Amino acid sequence: MTTTAGGTAGAGRRTPAGAVSRAQQRARVPADAALILIGASFVLPLLWLVLASVDPAAGHEAKVPGTVSLHNFAAIMTPGLLFQPLWNSMVLSAGTAAVNLVAAVLAAYPLSRYQSRFNRPFMYTILFGTCLPITAIMVPVYGLFVQLDLLDSMPATIFFMATTTLPMAIWMTKNFMDAVPVSLEEAAWVDGASGLTALRTIVLPLMRQGLGVVFIFVFIQAWGNFFVPFVLLLSEARQPAAVSIFSFFGQHGAVAYGQLAAFSILYSVPVLALYVIVAKGAGSSFALSGAVKG
Amino acid sequence: MAAPTAQRLRPVNRRSPLLRRHARLLPVLPAVLLLLVFLVGPVLWAFHASFTNAALTGRNARSPGWVGFENYQRLVADPVLPLSLLLTIIFVGGSAILGQNLLGLAIAILMRRARRAVAAVVGTAVVAAWVLPEIVAAFAAYAYFSRDGTLNQVLAGLGLGQPDWLYSFPMVAIMLANIWRGTAFSMLVYRAALDDVPGEVTEAALMDGAGGWQRLAYITLPMIRGSIATNLMLITLQTLAVFTLIWVMTAGGPANASTTLPVLAYQEAFKFGDIGYGTAVASVLILIGLVFGAAYVRLLRESER
Repeated sequence: MTTTAGGTAGAGRRTPAGAVSRAQQRARVPADAALILIGASFVLPLLWLVLASVDPAAGHEAKVPGTVSLHNFAAIMTPGLLFQPLWNSMVLSAGTAAVNLVAAVLAAYPLSRYQSRFNRPFMYTILFGTCLPITAIMVPVYGLFVQLDLLDSMPATIFFMATTTLPMAIWMTKNFMDAVPVSLEEAAWVDGASGLTALRTIVLPLMRQGLGVVFIFVFIQAWGNFFVPFVLLLSEARQPAAVSIFSFFGQHGAVAYGQLAAFSILYSVPVLALYVIVAKGAGSSFALSGAVKG
Repeated sequence: MAAPTAQRLRPVNRRSPLLRRHARLLPVLPAVLLLLVFLVGPVLWAFHASFTNAALTGRNARSPGWVGFENYQRLVADPVLPLSLLLTIIFVGGSAILGQNLLGLAIAILMRRARRAVAAVVGTAVVAAWVLPEIVAAFAAYAYFSRDGTLNQVLAGLGLGQPDWLYSFPMVAIMLANIWRGTAFSMLVYRAALDDVPGEVTEAALMDGAGGWQRLAYITLPMIRGSIATNLMLITLQTLAVFTLIWVMTAGGPANASTTLPVLAYQEAFKFGDIGYGTAVASVLILIGLVFGAAYVRLLRESER
């Protein structure tokens, strides 16, 4: 905002700079009103989730509960309904994120540190890979898993889920690695360290925030993924929360809406928390460029 | 980009130069293997299987037979396919290219004018719908649009009619739900893009007497056109792949009235057990994705030069 022109202007005349701030102030009220309206319509669909979760007699209309109780939460706090599915989600998501991180770091290192004529075509192919509609390949993947006898296997599902997010993970990891100045490694190279030793001892510690972002990014995606485990994991004992949520649809069409809402909230909390961590920390992860100047 | 200094100095390695140069690329191998087995493999398998009579169960599940173009001939003759294509285009055009894109841009612009606190709170509300697990968002949208759901309660409060959205207007319901779910992405892209527009440029236009709409049309939008193109491409691809939202809300119904291509592929393969025909539908979708993906990469390459 500029106010520098204000001093030179004559009294009583509207200065351009004054017009800016006054115009902005006038524009502020309708902008506020419009945004609040938009925000309200975005919150409205979530209102039901919160109200129904504390209403023992919930349906799918949003209403203030007659009696507020934690009955729904208490009812789902059983190993079969809550803890086993959440644990499965945890194993799937953490496994997916770990596979991603290892493969992405290994791939990003040569791409970031060595000039090669393969680099640019490879990165564009990777980018192209991020565009593939994953839902479109689920039918062929199911067919492939049947042929290879991999259906209902946790490791196979983890490796497949990891591959779907791998292009994005490589892309992000390479960008974070590019931000680590190469001059720090050169000293290690002179001392006789190999490339991978330099990666482990110098580059990775410096980009750990970036690695955290990649891990969480992949974890959130895997945690929320419904379609992949829905198609590939068949037995109830292996299904993650995203799929087991259907157990609240009773056998005879009776839906336990209150419990469904309570389960949804408990299942969503971890990713909401992780998102907040990333959103808060994203700014500081680029601060390491100062490491070389000091 | 790698720092140019990497050319001067390299890690010490006493093997022959040629071997060394290739050994350096070895760490890429695990990633390449994963991508070949789980991404390229299924795509190739899809094109192959779409020429067979592979089935979900029975004899044709274990040893599918080659049927040539039969699945594609069925596909072309099937009245559901043109409907499904049309619904997919309406869904992508209405909810992504128009809905998410324009609403995201509008929110990003409004946020620059509004009070900081208002912008922060509304931004959180918009992002919340996007961060939630997709199945939770889908259930929330289902409850919202159901006959006695929140939307109809609001409409009743305003004295308006209360249609059964999921049955009478399934496309409207899933499009609004997808706008609700996905607008955050466009909003974030456009907020970042608008932050990069130098303040002096818009101020200069303001001095010249340009109104708000004029500044938007002649200065701001042309300056962020790269972000607009990227955003349009990415949300188109994301929306093409939407399955869970539609499947939970309408399951493609009633009577195929909201059967987009992903839902059709799933139904043919798993509900009717015809993997061969399902993969033929999926192949069409993959091809569309590949075309958009290629266009997107081209766009980025050009903007880099």
